[in-house]
Amino acid sequence: MTRGFLPLLGFVIATGLATLGFATSGFRVVTTEGARRLAVEHHPRAVPDAVLVDQDGRRFTFAAYRGKALLVEFIYTNCPTICGILGDDFGRVLATLRQDRGTSGVDLLSISFDPARDGPRALRSYAARFGANAPGWRVAVPATREGLRALLKSFGVVVIPDRFGGFTHNAAIYLLDGQGRLVRILDAGPPATLLAEAAHAVS
Amino acid sequence: MLRLAAAAILWFGLWLPPLRSGLESDMALHMTVQIPLLAVVGILIAPEVRRFEPRWLAEADWLGIPGIVLVLFSTSCWMLPVALDSALGDWRMEVAKFVSLPLLVGMPLGLSWQRMPPLGRLFVIANIISKVGALGGLYLAAPIRLCAYYRLDQQAEAGSALLAVATAAIVGAFLASFFGWSWRRPFRDAWKGHRAVATATDASPSLPT
Repeated sequence: MTRGFLPLLGFVIATGLATLGFATSGFRVVTTEGARRLAVEHHPRAVPDAVLVDQDGRRFTFAAYRGKALLVEFIYTNCPTICGILGDDFGRVLATLRQDRGTSGVDLLSISFDPARDGPRALRSYAARFGANAPGWRVAVPATREGLRALLKSFGVVVIPDRFGGFTHNAAIYLLDGQGRLVRILDAGPPATLLAEAAHAVS
Repeated sequence: MLRLAAAAILWFGLWLPPLRSGLESDMALHMTVQIPLLAVVGILIAPEVRRFEPRWLAEADWLGIPGIVLVLFSTSCWMLPVALDSALGDWRMEVAKFVSLPLLVGMPLGLSWQRMPPLGRLFVIANIISKVGALGGLYLAAPIRLCAYYRLDQQAEAGSALLAVATAAIVGAFLASFFGWSWRRPFRDAWKGHRAVATATDASPSLPT
């Protein structure tokens, strides 16, 4: 063994472990999806107050939801696959909400990231397909490109074109608390689970 | 000097938008072409860097162990899906990739390789093959997208490509271990042996029949 070998090896191992640990958020995640969920859970983040336009053509911002829990999904109305599942999920949440009127401190918001194709008419037909009515369940599109970009960045949504003229995106359901902060990123699932998380977020 | 020029051309070529976005638009090309080529840039500059390597560093890199540990850590980092994504989503991480792969993978590999015992070299090759193969299998079989910037079908393609690379490396390592390090040698030896036998036969006195 030569002089300087052990210190150099120690330095390499220490910096190597530190870098790996940093890249994996403390050896807990290896994917971007896992990393953003963990980051949001530990550090709830304020979302940009972008102006959105809903299925009735009304303009609003996230400030409209202060004091309530809000479940958000990102969609495009032409989506043949996952958005339908998300829409169905939201539909079931809405049905559950209507059943027990007492816990209606939860609102739903579907945001389209395809402003080119999702005009008011497309939003309306999507809303009709899943029984969405404003203001309990708005189907909306950001009023400006900048607003859309800021929202996608803040929520950590990555949209890439698929090979069939549509998009692939990291689908999830986003929970905002009463202060309008993004506090959880959840998988689509039974309404009870989503509502329990939402109730937890406003309490 | 020729090596340095080749390394510079390769590096700038990979950095220039047409090749960069072309290679990065496809997960398989990103993982099996761009990343290895960036490491090759480092391997190319290693012999030139060796002349300026401080003595204490050359001595401290006993049997090439610290250098190869550095390589194992750096390659592990760039194999993480989250790292691939970060390079696509954040220009600072893209710069980090273009700097770290030559300097923290290729260069230490080139510098430490000379100091490593043959069995150590075999260990490194086996380690790389198993890592690449395992990652390929994982990407091929994963039912969910692991990278935010690539589609599921691209991910499966990348898995197949990595498995192909691992398979080729296994065949190459097998041939190298059994027939010598140079790919030309077995053929050259075989050819020489053939000629030697032929000459010996020609020169030997014919046996009485």
